[in-house]
Amino acid sequence: MKSVNHHSRLTKTLVRSLAFFLVFLVSFSAFSQDVDEARQKEGKKLFKSLCASCHKLDKKLVGPALAGIEDKRTNEWLKAWIKDNAALRASGDKDAIAIFEEYNGSSMNAFPQLTDQNVDDILYYTTVGELKKAPAAGAEVAGQPQGDQAPQWLIYILAAAIVVAFLIIGSLLKTISELKGAPKTPGLMGQTAELWEGIKRNTFLKVLTVIFGALVAAYFLFGTLFKVGVDTGYQPIQPIAFSHKIHAGDNKIDCQYCHSSAKHSKTSGIPSVNVCMNCHKNISEVADDTKVVMDDHTLVKADLDKEIAKIYEAAGWDPDKLEYTGNTKPIKWVRVHNLPDFAYFNHSQHVTVGGVACQKCHGPVEEMEEVYQHSPLTMGWCIDCHKDTKVDLKGNEYYAKIHEDLAKKYGVEQVTIAQLGGKECGKCHY
Amino acid sequence: MASDKKYWQSVEELKGSSIVETLRNNEFVQDIPTDEFLGDKETLETSSTSRRDFLKYVGFTTAAASLAACEGPVRKSIPYVVQPNDIVVGVADWYATTIADGFDFANVLVKTREGRPIQIMPNKEAGGVTNARTQASVLSLYDGKLRLREPRKGETEISWADADKEIVAKLNELKNANEPVVLLTGTLASPSTDKVIADFIAAYPNVKHVVYDAISESATADAFEAMYGKRALPDYDFSKAGVIASIGADFLGDWQGGYEKSYADGRRVATGKMSYHVQIESNMSLTGASADKRIVAKPSEQIFALINLYNAVTGSSLPSKATVFDAEVKQLANDLKKAGSKGVVVTGLNDKNAQLIALAINKALNSQVIDTQAVNLTRQGNDTEVAQLVADIKAGKVKGLVTYNVNPVYSLANAADFAEGIKNLKLSVALSTQNDATANATQYTLPAPHNLESWGDVMAKEGVYSLMQPTIQPLFNTRQLQDVLLKWTGSTVNYYDTLKEFWSTNVLGGASWNQALHDGFFKATTIAEATTFESTVDVNAAAVGLVRSANSASGFELNLYSSTALGDGKQANNPWLQELPDPLTRASWDNYLTMSMADAKELGFENPVKDNGAINGNYANVTVNGVTINKIPVIIQPGQAKGSIGLALGYGRTQGLKPEMQVGINAYPFYQNGNNVQFNVSIEKASGWHKFACMQVQSTLAGRHDILKEASLKEVNDKSLDPKHTWNKPFMVSYDHQEVEGSKIDLWDEHDRSLGHHFNLSIDLTSCTGCGACVIACHAENNVPVVGKDEMRVGRDMAWLRIDRYYSSTVVDKQHEATMTLEEFKAQNPNLANQEVERRYTEKVLELSKGDLFDALENPAENPQVAFQPMMCQHCNHAPCETVCPVAATSHGRQGQNQMAYNRCVGTRYCANNCPYRVRRFNWFNYAENNEFDFNMNNEYGKMVLNPDVVVRSRGVMEKCSMCIQMTQATILKAKKEGRAVNKDEFETACSSACSTGAMVFGDINNSEDTVTALKEDKRAFHVLDYIGTKPNVVYQVKVRNTNEA
Repeated sequence: MKSVNHHSRLTKTLVRSLAFFLVFLVSFSAFSQDVDEARQKEGKKLFKSLCASCHKLDKKLVGPALAGIEDKRTNEWLKAWIKDNAALRASGDKDAIAIFEEYNGSSMNAFPQLTDQNVDDILYYTTVGELKKAPAAGAEVAGQPQGDQAPQWLIYILAAAIVVAFLIIGSLLKTISELKGAPKTPGLMGQTAELWEGIKRNTFLKVLTVIFGALVAAYFLFGTLFKVGVDTGYQPIQPIAFSHKIHAGDNKIDCQYCHSSAKHSKTSGIPSVNVCMNCHKNISEVADDTKVVMDDHTLVKADLDKEIAKIYEAAGWDPDKLEYTGNTKPIKWVRVHNLPDFAYFNHSQHVTVGGVACQKCHGPVEEMEEVYQHSPLTMGWCIDCHKDTKVDLKGNEYYAKIHEDLAKKYGVEQVTIAQLGGKECGKCHY
Repeated sequence: MASDKKYWQSVEELKGSSIVETLRNNEFVQDIPTDEFLGDKETLETSSTSRRDFLKYVGFTTAAASLAACEGPVRKSIPYVVQPNDIVVGVADWYATTIADGFDFANVLVKTREGRPIQIMPNKEAGGVTNARTQASVLSLYDGKLRLREPRKGETEISWADADKEIVAKLNELKNANEPVVLLTGTLASPSTDKVIADFIAAYPNVKHVVYDAISESATADAFEAMYGKRALPDYDFSKAGVIASIGADFLGDWQGGYEKSYADGRRVATGKMSYHVQIESNMSLTGASADKRIVAKPSEQIFALINLYNAVTGSSLPSKATVFDAEVKQLANDLKKAGSKGVVVTGLNDKNAQLIALAINKALNSQVIDTQAVNLTRQGNDTEVAQLVADIKAGKVKGLVTYNVNPVYSLANAADFAEGIKNLKLSVALSTQNDATANATQYTLPAPHNLESWGDVMAKEGVYSLMQPTIQPLFNTRQLQDVLLKWTGSTVNYYDTLKEFWSTNVLGGASWNQALHDGFFKATTIAEATTFESTVDVNAAAVGLVRSANSASGFELNLYSSTALGDGKQANNPWLQELPDPLTRASWDNYLTMSMADAKELGFENPVKDNGAINGNYANVTVNGVTINKIPVIIQPGQAKGSIGLALGYGRTQGLKPEMQVGINAYPFYQNGNNVQFNVSIEKASGWHKFACMQVQSTLAGRHDILKEASLKEVNDKSLDPKHTWNKPFMVSYDHQEVEGSKIDLWDEHDRSLGHHFNLSIDLTSCTGCGACVIACHAENNVPVVGKDEMRVGRDMAWLRIDRYYSSTVVDKQHEATMTLEEFKAQNPNLANQEVERRYTEKVLELSKGDLFDALENPAENPQVAFQPMMCQHCNHAPCETVCPVAATSHGRQGQNQMAYNRCVGTRYCANNCPYRVRRFNWFNYAENNEFDFNMNNEYGKMVLNPDVVVRSRGVMEKCSMCIQMTQATILKAKKEGRAVNKDEFETACSSACSTGAMVFGDINNSEDTVTALKEDKRAFHVLDYIGTKPNVVYQVKVRNTNEA
């Protein structure tokens, strides 16, 4: 675990933004298309809210694919069907009955609330489909993976070149000023040598240097040893390229929707596959322009759809027949946050009782494409928080008496966790 | 995206250096053959490895090893695919179910984590009582070694479908030929199963159902049938008893299932009333240890005592014989008569005549304690039918046999006949959870599920129905008896539906099935009306028969018993039970002959203590009615009747057991005719020494009376006595020329314990029967490792909780003629504590020096009194262990718990050295994942029982009782989450919740409502070794005996 490739996020971001900037400069602005954007947008909105749970444009879901439906059916028929398909069937419309039978008698909801304009908007959207985005930054960057994955040696060489350049400039300036008549200085090397000679001659300085050296060495040795087993930044590769940024960040799914046991249990719980399927039963592919950068690879739609297919494989879901096969395969996630067995940690104590936000320990997960360990998870780190955090106990009957007593004892308004006993060994080690 | 990311640490590793690879793959290298190398001067001199090379190797290997050690493992987290609704990962679920293995019956609550049962606790709502074996049965579920996994035909595996087809064909063949087939089961006590069996017999009329109990109460059932017309055992409610006379009945042990709860309920000191219990017995039993008065009598004398008691109670004159304790029996009869309907007589003699006489006495007393209506159904075995079956099998009269969870090839006295006979059967099937001797002797071997994997119902007592439900998916390819029989009957319904149907028609009477399943039991509101039965029992004839058998006794008399740990031996492969020390001898991993001191001296048997602190024992060859068992180790048992010996059944199993568990001697060959008493026994000393693994070798308090205090009921009830100055006197010291309590003098400042919770555990020595359930509960809750016999022997047991047993007896020294009796001395010094009186009496009157006194005490008398004292970390407020720890690994919590941070401990063992209670345990080895300790923590099945909330300790650290801090923390967290204060008596520890007699009470003394708060201030409360000033948080209640004084 110690050998984890600590992605230097800063460098990566710099390189990426540099590439982005360059590409942006040379790229053209988006070319336009002859589409009524307002209508398309309105239609899309309605489609997403009312139709998308059963229909897709290009693919059969619960109901048929709807792209180009206007070419197949008349506008009047469609309006009648959408507003109340049961009535249409009852009227004996052959096409309506045929469709109903084709989909095994599963009837579509009636939408009497839609106006004709609404239906037309939706149909417009099904006809024109998604607006083609300008093939801007994203696409091109994706097409030039080497731009994103700029080799590290290149950066080092550049940095070295800059340093050398500075040195040369400095030396030139010095020479120029000396030529101009400034007193000759011994230069960096000469000064160091003189210092060394001085130290060699003076016993006291010698001893002092040795002691200083030993202390510095000890400091670094201890520093290194104390980092053994501290895995801040640990970012293992997961079996599925799951992006927390897309789920918790872009789509604002609550952390505890998936990690539901965090409020009840000591473990936050890795969601079981059926929780994924709550949404992914209907979401079998990502939006066209989605891209995820993970572990120096950029994953585009084609890659990400394959990742979603992995959920289907695990859940035993046949996306073509839209049914469970029963042939399941549990997902073996790699655990990111590992506490040693001798430390007891309970999520519910912190989440439910303490009201601590997940991000306090786990960091900005909603911004992480690939989750890494944000906090050191060392005992010192735990204790620091326990020492500093004042406890908000209002409304919890359990604390009523003890808090009053402790506040009186310590002469404070709000007691810290440590004052409540949160620093005792046995509270976490048993 | 590739997922096999390679992490590397050293350049050598990248280069593919083989030494790093070797280091990683071979963490534990073979021993270096230094002797071979260094011993040979020539090779040493010609070796090409120079000193410098050697240093280089050392340097490199050290560096490589330390680098390899830095690499942490990549851990996987594998969630469910579809998570069951009622499971929240990390939160325990509890299910009410029933354990019924044919010997132990109990309503229990099962704690499951992520679908794995990890602990069994009594279902107190249902009146459930768990003993050590029931507690430990959760580990037997995970017995990957002994449990049957697949159906077998002979040696080859076979599918269930094929097995069904073949067996049904054979059954039909036998049916058509009308050749008898026997279904042999243990006591099932299951109404719905009875129906399934009845249907099976209806389909195959040639089948007969025979019930076989390895440890039999058949004679009692026969006697009860003769007296009351129904074949069952009477039930007893000892809480109603005023006087209990037990003649050899170990009713706090396994006699008829055990009655410790109602017994303890009848002996609550706080009520001021206690039953008066007289025990007449030969072996020292748990019941005898708790008795107010124990009369030592060998079995033949017990018979006369029983008849004499009958004569004295009823005033009749059945034929009998005088015994040396006739006066005491007469006194007992008077007490019984005085108690009238509150008196009860029970006897453990498995003899129909003896049982008849006991029933007759109870009838004469009109005893309310005995219940002849709502009877006890937990022993239904019929010895006559079993004996007939064995004879028939031998004679070839029976052609087919189906056994279920019985092991007659091991547990029959004439097992050889049986084993020989079944070879000639046309069909023999063993349906069993265990791959035991019987399962290996039959043609077909079918795996059955454990109780915790099965559906079922149990009626242990008439009118009280219990439900059994699965708490885990079956681990192996098993099918339970009922489903097997239904299948063979040709039914297409499974047992679960049958059970539900049976309950809704016959049991529930409109009540909710879900509620019954949730509760685990259902009490029928209507009990069948009492039928009048005209008994034609001739007590006189019974007495004649009894006397005849008792008169035939010559030589030694053997009293076979079931041990607290193993019972009938079903769970012999359970390491927790093997390691549970016997409550009285304190020996684990063994059975042995118990012998009185006098006999041992006469026959030359000894128990020398070796220099490692363990004891050895001689072997004896024992012959009973022509059956000889050689090399039975002998332990000298104080309180054993002279002329009698005891031997525990259930040991000596070999088939299917791990080598470590194959301990002890199989005593079943002595268990002829299901009789636990065998006369005409001859003993012969054999050569060799047996190594015992006893937990506590010293037998007495050795004069340290502050450890355990006893008083009589009369003293406790006497309001005029101030306990602080009489029977519960604290240790007094001189301070500032004043006499003050020793515990008041202190080196340390007092902690402020008034804030928050402050946990205390109260242990009532009066209610503690020494049953050991708490010890197993502690093992299960706290992942306490099993160390094995060798380690036990050298005192490296890991038990966090042990039950110390102390003998006490009056010192009589014949060299010194006493000038006055102890009573007279006591009368002269009314203000002294009991122990103090004894001590001064010994010193001043008997003129024994301290050394002599020690010797005298070390040499317990023929019939010592026994007291049990559960001993665990006392969680001292001023703990001696805490002050000596150089790394502050053990520290004190505000809630009163003495905390132990294992990861901080460096293993100096100073704390154990400084602990006056000897309750700290050092991990000499890694007991988990270590082939040297091949018990439950070394295999994937056994590890499933581990409690995930408690860490498994590693080598080199100290551990001890934590006062179940994980449980108190969980209770606190639950209250916090629900936003409420902790309820009254909500705090529990594993031991206190396992304790059926209510001896252990745990709680928060800062909550005035908790039961323990009052107990801490009780007049009986005392701290062990209080004068040391440790201020323990475990408080004991003085043991009270009812001396039957006015």
